Amino acid sequence: MAKGKKLGLKERYALMTRGLDWETSYQPMDAVFPYDHYEGIKIKDWDGWADPFRLTMDAYWKYQAEKERKLYAILDAFQQNNGQLNISEARYLSAVKLWLQGITPLEYAAHRGFAHAGRAFRGAGARIACQMQSLDELRHAQTQLHAFSHYNKFFHGFHGFAHMRDRAWYLSIPKSFFEDAMTAGPFEFVTSISFAFEYVLTNLLFMPFVSGAAYNGDMATTTFGFSAQSDESRHMTLGLEVVKFMLQQHEDNVPIVQAWLDKWFWRGYRLLGLVGTMMDYMLPKKVMSWQEAWGIYWEENGIALFHDLARYGIRLPKHHEVAAKEKHRLTHEMWLTLYQYGNALSLHTWIPDDAELDWMSEKYGASFDERYRPRLVYLREREQRGERYFNNRLPMVCQVCQIPVFYTEPDDPLVQCVRIVEAGGTKHHCCSDGCADIFRREPEKYVQALLPPQQIYRGEAGGARDIWEYAAWLHLEKDVDTGEYRGSPDQQHWAQWQQAHKATPADAA
Amino acid sequence: MSIDLKTTSIEPLRKTFDHIAEKLGGDKAATRYQEAVWGLQPQLNFHYRPTWDQRYALYDPRRTAIVMKDFDDLVDPRQYYYGTWTMQRGRQQDAQERNFELVEKRELLAGLDAAWRDRLTRFVLPLRHVAWAGNTNNSFICAYGYGAPITSAAGMHMMDELGVAQYISRIGLVLADNETTLLDAAKDAWMTAPMWQPLRELVERSMVTQDWFELFVAQNFVIDGLIYPLAFDRFDAHLVAHGGAAFPMLTEFIVDWHAESARWVDAMLKMAAAETPANRQHLDAWFAQWLPAVAGALEPLAAFAFGDTGALTDVTAALRARAGKLGLGG
Repeated sequence: MAKGKKLGLKERYALMTRGLDWETSYQPMDAVFPYDHYEGIKIKDWDGWADPFRLTMDAYWKYQAEKERKLYAILDAFQQNNGQLNISEARYLSAVKLWLQGITPLEYAAHRGFAHAGRAFRGAGARIACQMQSLDELRHAQTQLHAFSHYNKFFHGFHGFAHMRDRAWYLSIPKSFFEDAMTAGPFEFVTSISFAFEYVLTNLLFMPFVSGAAYNGDMATTTFGFSAQSDESRHMTLGLEVVKFMLQQHEDNVPIVQAWLDKWFWRGYRLLGLVGTMMDYMLPKKVMSWQEAWGIYWEENGIALFHDLARYGIRLPKHHEVAAKEKHRLTHEMWLTLYQYGNALSLHTWIPDDAELDWMSEKYGASFDERYRPRLVYLREREQRGERYFNNRLPMVCQVCQIPVFYTEPDDPLVQCVRIVEAGGTKHHCCSDGCADIFRREPEKYVQALLPPQQIYRGEAGGARDIWEYAAWLHLEKDVDTGEYRGSPDQQHWAQWQQAHKATPADAA
Repeated sequence: MSIDLKTTSIEPLRKTFDHIAEKLGGDKAATRYQEAVWGLQPQLNFHYRPTWDQRYALYDPRRTAIVMKDFDDLVDPRQYYYGTWTMQRGRQQDAQERNFELVEKRELLAGLDAAWRDRLTRFVLPLRHVAWAGNTNNSFICAYGYGAPITSAAGMHMMDELGVAQYISRIGLVLADNETTLLDAAKDAWMTAPMWQPLRELVERSMVTQDWFELFVAQNFVIDGLIYPLAFDRFDAHLVAHGGAAFPMLTEFIVDWHAESARWVDAMLKMAAAETPANRQHLDAWFAQWLPAVAGALEPLAAFAFGDTGALTDVTAALRARAGKLGLGG
């Protein structure tokens, strides 16, 4: 048998993917692929799809197996050596709790969402790219669970995440975000998650958490974060390819894609308010401020990307200028909200110490000193007098993003921003023009949203009559899982362990 | 004598997450597999109906006629989470890669009898399209199934089927000295050759099947349960006897994968059937409907490959026996 010529990588990959596919004739293609038409996206030629990463399954298994072997070796070592003792402080774990409760479930949702997209597209190349991402997302959900499992054994607030995920008011922010994407059609799904979230905004999610973990001595989180990085770069490539593909296929697609980019930019930005707050407030050792991160990752990189898309007729997403106006106050307003509703959070809140307040003054300047520092200092004084403030009333939350309606007017940081929208004779409240626009475009979708305060009032939260009973229904143990960090069992355990840990070498000597 | 190492010892507060402890019946040490799948799928308070199918909730147990008290009971006997799955496949692909290299370098298929070589290309190579349908169908189960244990395993199965389709394609390249001629011919056969049309008609029917558990029975139990023993066990034996002693090196992954994944497939059917008599009736009805259909569609192919349908009769009887052990086909 003579050696044949080597097929080129591109031809070989096409043979191994699209070459497997066929046009069905015993069943109509529209019956086999019923979901890729109704959004109005027109695809003239699926062969125009440029495979973003040419990985056949053998190569995929080879690379992924190498990464998993290393990752689990480090997780094993972390657990065996009580790696939890090496973090900066136990309050850092509020960030990890937020990740486990809010982000890990999204990884699983992404696994299912990409399986749906990986079934729905009639183009084989797009389908395989989505399927691989579906498995990568399963990987991320499971490696995160395995990393955080160890923290759960030694700290409170982690143990009930699965129960909380489907019920807790603040977790309906990420949950509704992702369910919004999953219940959209497959093209909108990949635009929202692969492009808007993973391509445009991913650095604002990943960098704060993973760099934050590295700065704060959290080896478990840092390791899975770095291990996931090469998956993420594949996903980003897919995101850009999907959007370019739609824009190149037909000019009628441009306004549809633009509307999705407007929507998902704002939806993603609102979700990132939680992440920014984590950066500014929950990390004892800080990486950079939200304002700085927004400047670098959106105002420089993100806007440059949109300028590249201008040639397809795409403009900057609506309301991006509002995000710029909010960047110096977003996280302070959010933290003050989380702090006062700390009675129904499965993580701790606190008022930063003076050194941290000085850091914020340096990063945020006069507006922080004028408006937020005095409030934080006032709350700290109350706490020191034994009057730690909790808000016992239920908040009104935004019909779209589900964040309590507490943000202020873009042009007036002293006035609460509320927008009222109507559908079917009922009034709904939104937190911003961005969310109100999203509502008006698809009112039939957003009227369905389950708003936790309304559920509580309807008796659908175990009959809870106030926020304390609601917290109990969430399986939150008062002042153990919830509430103030100072004086919490987590803080007390931490102090004991640090004492013992430091004492060990001396005892041995 | 043991070595006594001193380390910091800290008493844990708990052994696992609440929902895992509930499933285990107490706060006990959980395996990585259990923590990776149980309770992972959201269960309630879904915000919006899918715009692509308003009849159902985003995650909806009503997408199949099979009813389970808890779909999390459908655990994988292989205990695969992503890490254990991909590491196992990584090892297998290393071995398979070495096999391909050796067969190509040493030209180990040069002695294969010409008539059997022709049968091989015409019978085995078009099966890459069947494996591709297996990928499509398992993506359906992964997307619309219920509960992380079965849907995550279906996701892995989806990629495994793609891997099989690609390994069959590589056999086509090896046989054609890296030219695409044989694979092109295999696709033509799949699309137009009369002996392939009953199977393609049936495979396309599976691709519009809406009950994901029925699809599981059709694809993973019946279609694969007949084709793999026929094409990669019975047929391999003939090739070995006709100058293709090295051929099983090229199908090692495929054969091992089928034997391994059959343990998962069997466990799913056994547990679902044991759950309620109604489940058993559904599974029986689906098996009774798909088995003769698939066996019938394979008849012209078996007659071509083996000269008669004896081998097909054997593997059909073997699948009936396999079903019997799972409590089906009674």
